[in-house]
Amino acid sequence: MSGETAVLSAQAVTRRYGERVAVSAVSFDVHAGELVALIGPNGAGKTTLLSVLAGVQSPDEGSVNGPAKARGVGWVPQQPAIYSKLTVAENFALWAHLERVADPKDAVRRMLEQTDLIDRADEQVGRLSGGNRQRVNIAVGLLSSPAVLLLDEPSAALDPIQRERLWQFVEHLAGQGTSVMFSTHNVAEVERNARRVLVLHEGRLLFDGSPEALMQAAGRVDGIDFEQAFVAFLAGAKV
Amino acid sequence: MRWLLGKDLRILRRSRVLVAVLAIYPIAIALLIGLALSRSPGKPKVAIANLTTPGATVELGGSKIEVGRYYSQLFSEVQPIKVKTRAQAVAKVRSGEALAAVVIPANIAAKLSSVLSQAQLEVIYNGDALQQSVVQSKIQAAVAQANLALSQQIRKLAAQGIDLLLKGGDLSRLGIAQSHLLGLEEAPQVLGEAIARLPPGQERQELLRVKELADFAARNLNISKDVLATVGQPVQVNSTLVRGRRTPLDTFAVVVAVSISLMFVCVLLAAGGVALEREDNTLARLTRGLVSREGLVVEKLLLAAGCSFLLALAMLAGIGAFVTLDWSRVGLWLAALAAGALAFGALGVAIGALTREVRAASLLAFLLSLPLAFLALVPAGAVAPALYDAIRAISVVFPFKAALQALDAAVNGAEPAIAGSLAHLLALTLLFCVLARLGLRRA
Repeated sequence: MSGETAVLSAQAVTRRYGERVAVSAVSFDVHAGELVALIGPNGAGKTTLLSVLAGVQSPDEGSVNGPAKARGVGWVPQQPAIYSKLTVAENFALWAHLERVADPKDAVRRMLEQTDLIDRADEQVGRLSGGNRQRVNIAVGLLSSPAVLLLDEPSAALDPIQRERLWQFVEHLAGQGTSVMFSTHNVAEVERNARRVLVLHEGRLLFDGSPEALMQAAGRVDGIDFEQAFVAFLAGAKV
Repeated sequence: MRWLLGKDLRILRRSRVLVAVLAIYPIAIALLIGLALSRSPGKPKVAIANLTTPGATVELGGSKIEVGRYYSQLFSEVQPIKVKTRAQAVAKVRSGEALAAVVIPANIAAKLSSVLSQAQLEVIYNGDALQQSVVQSKIQAAVAQANLALSQQIRKLAAQGIDLLLKGGDLSRLGIAQSHLLGLEEAPQVLGEAIARLPPGQERQELLRVKELADFAARNLNISKDVLATVGQPVQVNSTLVRGRRTPLDTFAVVVAVSISLMFVCVLLAAGGVALEREDNTLARLTRGLVSREGLVVEKLLLAAGCSFLLALAMLAGIGAFVTLDWSRVGLWLAALAAGALAFGALGVAIGALTREVRAASLLAFLLSLPLAFLALVPAGAVAPALYDAIRAISVVFPFKAALQALDAAVNGAEPAIAGSLAHLLALTLLFCVLARLGLRRA
């Protein structure tokens, strides 16, 4: 763990959609500067858990404790949540004002630099590629310099080069003390970038530990990679 | 909220097609309605074959009425194409040059003079059912007018004859050589004086009977003019309005057009505005603490209501160039338009909150608005009482009828009074805002 202080804490969080339990009594803490991966098969409840942590949805049971929700927790949804008819710079400016950032102009400049989209600042977001749109989407989540950043499958629409830049950027954030929690289906990214892994399956938290600990929990056998270990772990959990 | 409002106005400005439609729509509607109301409907082209001899007259009681005066009534209601024969008239109708043809037979004067049989006109139609209906009604109305004019002329002549009988007078104008006729009113006195000079006897008795006849005839012929008037126009209509609008049809049409435009622009803008937040996936990001859902409802409502209010006002002013409107009531116009815009905006936001896409929101808004406008215009008595009750109930829970009544009261001073309609609209605004807020619970 990178720090001792819990900046975000989930206590027995449960979220239901009608009869279906999407997240069931999940508890964990996230500490300052931690880089936490949230993995699990489709329908495991990853997006629901992240949206509850972000304050988009309220838990039916349990609680989430963290920084003042909107501005202290940055949330980057899987689908870009930005205005396609506004330019890149206008999007940054609008969200900076809504986030009540102290110096919106500086925040816009900073985000244009970080996303490397200065040349395309005046272009409407709807005309950008999927990768560039996702960069704007992530940057909007960072406008208020949140203590915790929640990323829902951030690399899904990115090409390998953009993915590499994303992870460098995320590493940099974590290095500066921002806690980052991300969900992904790309297990290789978890092995490379995460310090800690949460495995969610059918709404239940099955594992909370380092990637190495997950390998061991899967019954490490020489020659198998992290993805195979994860699949083996899930298979064991189902049994 | 101002940042969101600014953002929406910027997006609206960039949606050039939408802005063009919003700007052109009220201008086009205002022009169309203005022109439609300020110009009389076009007269249908009708071929007229007048087979009577030129200068033919109807002779009644020694007086002559020109037949030409009769069919000139027909000509005034249509755009006449004069032809010489029935065959030419039929050809004009077949070729489509005329929508109908009227054949005035050669014997019309003789038939009218005989008083024993009705004169007959032949009407030949063309065109589709709607055109036929329009032309038929025009010609029937013209024939009725011409008949009325003719009957009034005959009545006038008959009255002159009766006057002559009663009061006596000069007969030379009727072509009779004797210069002066004794009137029935004078006859009893003349007879009385003659009887007084006669000795009693059979001759005197016979003259007394003649005097009684003259007395009776004079008294009863005096009321025959009223009888003739009654026969000429047996039913006269005296209208008394007990309840209902007193608005002239043209200014009511203005109010309907403005209300419909206000509704469409406002509902579509509000519904689209909310749905766009979902389509761009920004609703969840906004409502996680940056903007309250109530604030979002109010922002979309103000945007749609503001834009549609200005457009409707421009439309009303535009129509005012063609139709006389009472500009001293402009304060009431503003109140009615503002309340209507708020209620329509709230309805639009509620629709937008239920949908996930702009297209779905627009379609739903359109599908809901159109029948509402139609239902609000259904008059009492046009449908079964139970159905009308259902229509009234629907009109109470949706804002179109209340907006129409408010605007009618504001522009035309129609009943019911504007205060009730404004209160109704504000209550509906509140109701739909609550529904919109509930709809936005789904991020």
